[in-house]
Amino acid sequence: MPDTDKPLPQVPESRSVPKKRTRLSLVWVIPIVAALVGVWVAVARIMSEGPKITIVFKSAEGLEAGKTKIEYNGVEVGLIQTVRLSDDHQQVITTAQMAPKTESFLADDTKFWVVRPRISGANVTGLGTHISGAYIGMEIGHSSKRKRDFVALEVPPIVTGDIPGRFFMLKSPDLGSLDNGTPVFFRRLQVGEVASYELDKDGKSLSVKAFVRAPYDQYVTPDTRFWHASGIDVSLSASGLSVQTQSALSVLIGGIAFETPATGPVLPPAEADTVFTLFSNRGEAFKLPARDPQTYVLVFKASVRGLEPGAPVEFRGIPVGEVTAVDAQVDAKTFEFSAPVTIRLEAQRLGLKVVDLAPGADLATIRRQLMDSLTAHGVRAQLRTGNLLTGALFVAFDFFPDAPPTTLDWSQSPVQLPTIPGQFEGIEANLASIVKKIDQVPIKAIGDDLQKAIGDLDRALVSARATLDNADKLVDNASKLVEPNSVLGEQLGSTLDEVSRAARALRVLADYLERHPEALIRGKTGEAK
Amino acid sequence: MSTTVLTAMQQGLQSCEVCGLLSRPAPGEDEGRCPRCDEELVFRKPHSLQRTWAYVIAAAICYLPANLLPVLTTTTAAGPESDTILQGVVLLWSPTGWPLSLIVLFASIMIPSAKILALVYLLITVQRGSVENNEQRIRLYRMVEFIGRWSMVDVFVDAFTASLVQLQPLMSVAPAPGLFFFAAVVVLTMLAVESFDPRLIWDSASSREVRYA
Repeated sequence: MPDTDKPLPQVPESRSVPKKRTRLSLVWVIPIVAALVGVWVAVARIMSEGPKITIVFKSAEGLEAGKTKIEYNGVEVGLIQTVRLSDDHQQVITTAQMAPKTESFLADDTKFWVVRPRISGANVTGLGTHISGAYIGMEIGHSSKRKRDFVALEVPPIVTGDIPGRFFMLKSPDLGSLDNGTPVFFRRLQVGEVASYELDKDGKSLSVKAFVRAPYDQYVTPDTRFWHASGIDVSLSASGLSVQTQSALSVLIGGIAFETPATGPVLPPAEADTVFTLFSNRGEAFKLPARDPQTYVLVFKASVRGLEPGAPVEFRGIPVGEVTAVDAQVDAKTFEFSAPVTIRLEAQRLGLKVVDLAPGADLATIRRQLMDSLTAHGVRAQLRTGNLLTGALFVAFDFFPDAPPTTLDWSQSPVQLPTIPGQFEGIEANLASIVKKIDQVPIKAIGDDLQKAIGDLDRALVSARATLDNADKLVDNASKLVEPNSVLGEQLGSTLDEVSRAARALRVLADYLERHPEALIRGKTGEAK
Repeated sequence: MSTTVLTAMQQGLQSCEVCGLLSRPAPGEDEGRCPRCDEELVFRKPHSLQRTWAYVIAAAICYLPANLLPVLTTTTAAGPESDTILQGVVLLWSPTGWPLSLIVLFASIMIPSAKILALVYLLITVQRGSVENNEQRIRLYRMVEFIGRWSMVDVFVDAFTASLVQLQPLMSVAPAPGLFFFAAVVVLTMLAVESFDPRLIWDSASSREVRYA
């Protein structure tokens, strides 16, 4: 409480302050401008902010938050912002900030993968990542559906979608020496690559996705054959030794080659993703397509050493099929071993063309008639040696008119076709029977007999000698008889003179009779007169 | 320490801001000039608080993008990389480079923000007519004024770096938008300091003193 009794020493005079004009100073423009610029920058920043996406990787090797970029065709389109493990610690979840206006990149089938240095036989890629670290590559999908959550590919795709060309699916029983990036050759020209491969779900074959660049993709028609041109393909078969290579590159790293048979009809280019069979070699690929393969069985009693599945089956030298299996069987009663050989025949190659069939004709019936008639005419299967060096065998069908007649039992499946022993097999059998016969000859008895005979002969010879001596004497006597000046000789000479005269008289008579045949009836006349 | 202050204004005198000469304003409405240095004489800077507030607010607004936007874009073989000031601090932080990192942290982040905060503190205390810590407040003001002229060093360093490091194919450095906001913060705080009239600190003290003496 102020003391009111105390006199105020000096009362200050109130100061007159002019009323402050509250007008805003022009200086306020500065913070307003600053605020506007700030807001504009912020808005521009937010507007320019691209979409945020998440990419799931198996491993974050080489990925760094805030450093690893997402690149498309070498242009940076995003940046990895966070890298963290998934809740089950099995995967790595990264979030990435994409560049502005990249929404259209994020299609449903857009692919991401980590680009690391990669050195394969055919190419060296991603060397830049040695310096800059790994980056994430992407391929923009074409789907109209958009999404923000992606799962990265394990293996970078070899061919990105923006290269013109077509993919084809090749079915192969094994991978051979193929790998991602393995070249595809057409007339030894590299026209594409293997983009990917995967084991089919049934585990029985592989699907190899091969990319053929435009314009070479137009040479792939539905009739085109693809085959492994992996390395050097040396095959030693009944047909001899053959070496096939595509190029020096494919010798080193393998490859796939394709070609369309020149003889076929001209077909339009195959659709993308057409499925082809990947043959193991060119020869295999260019075998006529087995349109109507029939399985038969041949039972050979001789050794089938050298006969392998795939060995050719020829009819008078024309390949008509191939051996598919060689087994062994034993007859439970006779314990006779034999080798049932399963073969696949293509009846068309026996002259039966499906196209020639009259409408409504039953192909099976015609085939049966054909086989029956061939068998009736003595067609038999025979094992023959195709290559003396390797001993490889093949099955030959030929006419053997002397073969014992037989008929086919069509109730069996597969039908058994008659066989006859092979060339060497026959010789062998004949030789065996000769040896057997020789074996049966009683050489010992013959020897004994012979010995006895020789003794008899000896005796016979002694008596013969005596006989000869007698003969000698006889001859001696005879010679004495015919010696000159002997009585017998004298008489003989006069006798011969008499005979000579008689002969002369006879000749005269003959001459006369020739000139005067009538003398025989009338007697000698003319001269008498 | 006495808070009893007699100010020149109360005595009807004007002090020259440049040479400090006290002079009696000439009669009339015309503006006075210092008889010694010909500086314009005012009792108090016109609209000092308002103008300072404006500059401080503008500086504070610019301070956000200055720190959030990258200040330098470094292009190396690994590709372009933009760094904000804070990223630079983190980048420099290493067992051997930490003093440098600290310098950047102080000079570029803490000092500008400290300046803005100091000015806001001065403005609020002056507006509320506070009579406390007058000496400390005037010391704070002097410090802010002193530091102000060095704050542009950051901008200069960046500008020099950008102009000198131009090894085109290998490496180049370019200023990024954050740098312009940073420069604006520095300039605006300097302007704010300039427009603030430290004599106001004493005005309330003297008036309070007069009121409650």
